[in-house]
Amino acid sequence: MLFSSMLFEQPQTELDRATVEQPECFGDLNLDQIVDAVTAGKQEYNLKPFFYMPLHDVEAVHYRHEIFRALENSALLETIQKFAKAIRAIREHLEQAAKLYYKGQKEKWFLDAVQIYCDAVKQLADDLSQFDLCARGLLAFREFLTNYVNTDSFRALHEEAKQLGADLATIRYTIHIKGNRVQVRKYEEETDYSAEVEETFAKFKQGAVKDYRAKFPNWQEMNHVEAQVLTGVAQMHPEIFSRLANFYAQRQNFLDETIGAFDREIQFYLAYLEHRARLQRAGLVFCYPRVSAQDKHVCADKAFDLALADKLVSKDTPIVCNDFFLKDTERILIVTGPNQGGKTTFARMFGQLHYLASLGCPVPGSDAQLFLFDQLLTHFEREENIENLRGKLEDDLFRVHALLEQATPNSIFILNEIFNSTTLQDEIFLSQEILQKISALDALCVCVTFLDELAALSEKTVSMVATVMPENPTERTFKVERKRADGLAYALSLAEKYQLTFDDLRERLP
Amino acid sequence: MKVFLMHRARDFDLNAPLPTNAQDLIQDLELDTLFQAMAGEDEFLLGVARQAVLSGFDNDLDTLRYRQKVLKDCLNHAALVREMYEIAVQAIERERKNYWGITSNYPPSTLHRGREVMQMFVEMLKKLRAIADAHAAQFQSDGFTTLFAMLQRELTDEYFARVQTHLRALKFDDGVLISAQLGNGNKGVNYVLRKPHNSDQSFFERVFASKPPAYTFYIADRDESGARALAELEGQGINLAANALAQSDDHILAFFKMLRVELGFYVGCLNLHARLAEIGEPICFPIVSAAPERKHSFQELYDVCLALNMEQHVVGNDVNADAKNLVIITGANQGGKSTFLRSIGLAQLMMQGGMFVPAETFSANVCDALFTHYKREEDASMASGKFDEELKRMSEIVEHLAPNCMVLFNESFAATNEREGSEIARQIVSALLERGIKIFYVTHLYEFARSMFDKHLSDALFLRAERHTDGTRTFKLMEGKPLQTSFGKDLYERIFGGENPIAVETNGRE
Repeated sequence: MLFSSMLFEQPQTELDRATVEQPECFGDLNLDQIVDAVTAGKQEYNLKPFFYMPLHDVEAVHYRHEIFRALENSALLETIQKFAKAIRAIREHLEQAAKLYYKGQKEKWFLDAVQIYCDAVKQLADDLSQFDLCARGLLAFREFLTNYVNTDSFRALHEEAKQLGADLATIRYTIHIKGNRVQVRKYEEETDYSAEVEETFAKFKQGAVKDYRAKFPNWQEMNHVEAQVLTGVAQMHPEIFSRLANFYAQRQNFLDETIGAFDREIQFYLAYLEHRARLQRAGLVFCYPRVSAQDKHVCADKAFDLALADKLVSKDTPIVCNDFFLKDTERILIVTGPNQGGKTTFARMFGQLHYLASLGCPVPGSDAQLFLFDQLLTHFEREENIENLRGKLEDDLFRVHALLEQATPNSIFILNEIFNSTTLQDEIFLSQEILQKISALDALCVCVTFLDELAALSEKTVSMVATVMPENPTERTFKVERKRADGLAYALSLAEKYQLTFDDLRERLP
Repeated sequence: MKVFLMHRARDFDLNAPLPTNAQDLIQDLELDTLFQAMAGEDEFLLGVARQAVLSGFDNDLDTLRYRQKVLKDCLNHAALVREMYEIAVQAIERERKNYWGITSNYPPSTLHRGREVMQMFVEMLKKLRAIADAHAAQFQSDGFTTLFAMLQRELTDEYFARVQTHLRALKFDDGVLISAQLGNGNKGVNYVLRKPHNSDQSFFERVFASKPPAYTFYIADRDESGARALAELEGQGINLAANALAQSDDHILAFFKMLRVELGFYVGCLNLHARLAEIGEPICFPIVSAAPERKHSFQELYDVCLALNMEQHVVGNDVNADAKNLVIITGANQGGKSTFLRSIGLAQLMMQGGMFVPAETFSANVCDALFTHYKREEDASMASGKFDEELKRMSEIVEHLAPNCMVLFNESFAATNEREGSEIARQIVSALLERGIKIFYVTHLYEFARSMFDKHLSDALFLRAERHTDGTRTFKLMEGKPLQTSFGKDLYERIFGGENPIAVETNGRE
């Protein structure tokens, strides 16, 4: 099998990948936060575009699942991480080489970069051969790598770099400083005088004492005195230093393009797994969802909002997980309940799960069956134009209309408190209309609302309610459960708590 | 180089953690008086005395005998011991006064100070060796014999000469020779100070010796950054040697500090001995037995703190409590019960510190820890009741109790009525006895004392504050069964001058 990419089995004919833009739904679903968190510290790989390309094909998802699963083998993961670290070091070395001023120094940084490269590539080829791989992507890459390290050109490069490095390492010299005169000579086995001084006073040794060694700034750059010393050293070893100069001149394009691409693409997996590990340490679970482009009976157990979880874990706050499922003709989840009760979080979670599944990633939750959508359409209440209510309603309607225009039966809708800028009657009417349309499309939908009336609209709708603690209605559980919308009970208990019931008010009012 | 005057094979730890109840011991046994007498005006000696006396529970019998012998030497050669102590003090003072320059992160200044301090230390060490040379033969103890032998063995004339040679060489009059290798980016690394091959040759040999080819360059006079760079290079070269010298100074300083600490303990004992000799109070070296044994017999055991405060001879007691676990002291108020109890505690602490004890003869087993449970003056700020507070303190003591500990009770559990107090005391004491804990209990809880007496315990001893038939006290304790009154009547009579003598039958407390 010919290796093409760690991310796609089939060579991509899509538009130039670098020009891919962030999907519309990112802001509403906080996917932008998730991707920021996942790719944090990996800016050099430019991973974000990879997260902007959802897959629509089950096989493509499986291709990535295979690689993810393979990397769950910690030994393999370490192997890859070790390689990534080496490549990163190479980049740093080359950047350093570019910055430096003195020739002998520049050339050495370059030589080191090449040595690291050859060692790392060879090591990776050796290491990968130890693993029993079945992920198609990894198998193809290993085959490529094995061929590459056996090419004459790679071997020659490796040999030359090694020899040059070893030769430089043998050089030892002395510097004699007296006043403003400096003399550089070959080292002649002069004895270590510090050791002699230490030895003389060793008998007084009593245990740990202060370290009086001065700390010297460890600049990568040389000053002109060091550079002159190096000139002296080079004069004493002309052959080695001329080989170094040649090496630098001739070996500029040593890094193989395919290996460079592998290094970048594999970071998509590493980045996601590292992020996942952080949350797993907090006790959260992830799973490989079953995906389908036909079956709309989606479900998930113990799922959570990945963006929120990330924040809560940093604050050491417990995370509430939620379940959902759709059976038979059910397509639309109507989420009601008190403010700040976890409704929006639930809706985002539903959207995130589907989006992450479409990237071929493991998703938050202990088990999930998810739908491979063609479009993930979101409409969240926006803050803008608060002054002009009519304008806002118009804007809302315009946007929802645009969503419906582009929607197909394979789209997913996430609607959050739409039309709340108008009168209750209007809102009920408009919402019902929109839901009817979605229902007619047979598309999947989550709709967050405070309108209980929507909860039992048709056989396609399922009511879910954000619950509160029975004994203290002001305390949220952040659990969203499948049950009949019961806004009234909640309102009553809250009224009692604030002494606003009919009886309370009679007592209180004069 | 080790001092080892406190332990046969380890340093005395001036910072070892003290028993958790150290503060109680100091308060209840009035240890500050003892420490003051040992320290005189010397704050440092105060710290040493406090540490040595309070940390004695960790010393084994061999250590105690070792210290007793060293202390006997000290008593025989007080002037010499004080002279050695002064040498240590002076060395430490002069080191402290040799100020660091502006920066210690500059090897030439580290080296400069290092040389000067070493020069001074050499002088002091020579003085110590002179004492060893002249007087070693007159000392008997293992501690001093070993110390003197070590000084003579380690600090030979030949060694001092070698140190002088180094101190001269470390001036680097002939420049600094440094070896190096090529490190990252061909920058010099592993700078090692070297001794030139020809350093031992004569001037003419050096001038005419053939040298390998050198690359020579000069730093121009106006090149300030070059001069700095050169100084840094030189600094890297002499860094280790400067560090070795400065650390050696610290090690020698540590030796002098240890000498000061360990001699300080004995100087403290000399001070105390001088004070007691002035008053004419006796001292003796105690015969120590292992913790599981039950030995406690003495003649003329007196409260050393009382004697020091009164600056006169005080009444001592003769008791044979060998094979006893429980000693209950009852009897007349102001009859010397508390003084006796304190003398038991003080002697125990002094013995376990390796000191002489305030008695004509003294033999006792060591204990693993000593606790005091004294009644405390009512504390106005304390919310909890007095009895509650007593029980709380007892409970804290119990946290730390183990077999072969020793507890001194002084009027404990008397902050309630006699029946309840007695019952508590009886239960506590019985439990402690069962665990092999040695107890001295001063009490006027007649019911308690009587009930213990009625048990006819073979390992219990009952002492009573004696009074003559005319009512005057001897301050001597005699063996005797508990009596019902505490002779508060006497007190009353003395204070009220014999008015209304009928009303006297009290449980008045000391």
